[in-house]
Amino acid sequence: MSQTVIHIENVSKQYKTADFFSINQLSLDINQGEIYGLLGPNGAGKTTLISMLCGLLKPTSGSIEINGLTFKKDAKKIKQAIGVVPQEYALYPTLTAHENLMYFGAMYGLSSADLKKKVPESLEQLGLGKFAHKKINTFSGGMKRRVNLIAGILHQPKILFLDEPTVGVDVQSKNVIIEHLKSLNKNGTTIIYTSHHLTEAQKFCTQVAIIDQGKIITIGTPEALIENTNEARNLEEVFINLTGAALRDYA
Amino acid sequence: MRKLISSTYKEMLLLSRDIGGLVILFVMPLVLIITITLIQDGSFKTINNTKVPILFVDNDKGTISNEILKNLNQSDAFEIITQQDNTLITEISAKASVLKGNYQLAVVIPKNLSVDLQKKVTQNVSKILSEFGVEEDSIATEEPIIAKEINLYFDPAVQKSFKNAVINNIDKMISKIESKSIYEAFQEELSEDSYEDNPLLDTTNFVSFKEINPKEGEAVATIPNSTQHNVPAWTLFAIFFIVIPLSINIVKEKNQGTFVRLRTNPVSYLTVLGGKTITYLIVCLLQFLLMLAVGVYVLPYLGLPALHVGSNFVTLFVVALFSGLAAIGFGILLGTVSSTPEQSAPFGATSVVILAAIGGVWVPVFLMPKFMQLVSKISPMNWGLNAFYDVFLRQGGVIEILPEIGLLFLFFIVTVAISLIYDKNKRAV
Repeated sequence: MSQTVIHIENVSKQYKTADFFSINQLSLDINQGEIYGLLGPNGAGKTTLISMLCGLLKPTSGSIEINGLTFKKDAKKIKQAIGVVPQEYALYPTLTAHENLMYFGAMYGLSSADLKKKVPESLEQLGLGKFAHKKINTFSGGMKRRVNLIAGILHQPKILFLDEPTVGVDVQSKNVIIEHLKSLNKNGTTIIYTSHHLTEAQKFCTQVAIIDQGKIITIGTPEALIENTNEARNLEEVFINLTGAALRDYA
Repeated sequence: MRKLISSTYKEMLLLSRDIGGLVILFVMPLVLIITITLIQDGSFKTINNTKVPILFVDNDKGTISNEILKNLNQSDAFEIITQQDNTLITEISAKASVLKGNYQLAVVIPKNLSVDLQKKVTQNVSKILSEFGVEEDSIATEEPIIAKEINLYFDPAVQKSFKNAVINNIDKMISKIESKSIYEAFQEELSEDSYEDNPLLDTTNFVSFKEINPKEGEAVATIPNSTQHNVPAWTLFAIFFIVIPLSINIVKEKNQGTFVRLRTNPVSYLTVLGGKTITYLIVCLLQFLLMLAVGVYVLPYLGLPALHVGSNFVTLFVVALFSGLAAIGFGILLGTVSSTPEQSAPFGATSVVILAAIGGVWVPVFLMPKFMQLVSKISPMNWGLNAFYDVFLRQGGVIEILPEIGLLFLFFIVTVAISLIYDKNKRAV
């Protein structure tokens, strides 16, 4: 039986300025080696949940354990074990790809010698070798996404959090990113991933949790969810069936 | 330590690629210091070397008016004009010229001033002598003498301080002339020699003033000039201007998402701030060296007084170091509490200008109203400026500047602590 790497128990989150819970009594276990998709409409609570799992937000109540550790006691150990690829291009635009990665790698405690080897290798693997010394502000959206991904995985994390990693990129870049993530997963990295691309999630994820209004409404493999939902032929139809077709606009 | 070094290196790279930021940090202060020093030095020279033209209407044409004219001519402050278009100026034409703003002042000496003053003095002296029985029947035919007025017409635009200075000067001249007339009258009455032939009484001032600038150990102190005021003052201003690029740097980091990434990295916010502090502190010290070099080497080429650093370099460096820390603390706080560059940049610029104004960068603190003198004590720029003055003008060492640099360091600690607490609370949303 696979080991549980993330244990979420009765976690709730209410922002100080909000009169509702963004996450409401949510419990979830994620096992090692999984590619876990957190799916849901806008405002469902996906980013709030992932922010709590990365230590960016504190839950209002409940507990979160990462590899059996809590942020309260072992924040540094957890941060060393996880990798985060945020939705924004979290890079310095006036620095080159190489300079950005050398810096973020150093922040994970990687040695200069390690970085000098890993940074060019990673850039090469994601098709950016010849752009290593170009400034980020000259990159296309797809190139930025790939550098953004490398910055989160240079230290070979055991658990990787990805918030919409393929949003706004071309098909070629998307394929490169997904393939690279699959190879990371094969090497033992557990991936937790949020996306609006349900076709991509269906192909990519081993497990999926659909969240709506701060609660999990279903969990399972994409195949099982499709099979168990009436007349659903794909994950998108499962999604619509469970969350409804009404627009979810939040401001 | 490696994380701190990497953070510092990254900040240096970011700064080196921000041309606008570099201009703000290095070029603007240089332009500012040269411009302001030239203007202030020009004003200083105007006050001291340029003569103010004044109209002089002499209706007396006697010894008193001649004496006043002589004194005014001898004064470095005035250029005396008695004729316009080859005709003597009258009171009416003088009044009209001043009213038009062509001249700041017209002095009108009344008719018979010399004769009447002499008569009045002679009358008074005779009266005193007859009281003591020295002279008899001297005031048998005393005729009434009407008091005289010297009319001074001022341009309404002139400052009160100028008016007071002129009135005091003329008053002093008249008093001196009156005293001399009294001495003369006494001698004429009591001695066979005339005053002109053999003055028995010494009419020179018994009490005079000597200006001394105290300085320990040496007889002569360095007298502050426009350079010695402006170089430290505008160096501080430049140092505090790093508040703008530093706060924008922090705000950008938050908006770019790099801040979020760093929060998920195993690195403390203090280390991240440490990298910024080291980088911007180096910038502050470079600014200081640059401004000092301008004071020593460039300003003399522009005809301005040179800055004399002497043996004070290390102490001055210490003041710059702590002033830099205070400025960095303020920049970090501003960047932490601001959400957008549109908030931090204008607020940063305005607050630095206000801190400079109340800190005595533009107007010396002792010239401010009492209330503002109290307010000035809360400005870190005032602490820094006082420390620079302690070194430049009072020959102070590190011990003497300890109170000021202590306050600057405390300001840095407090602002960084508030930033850390604010950031922690902000994340606990």
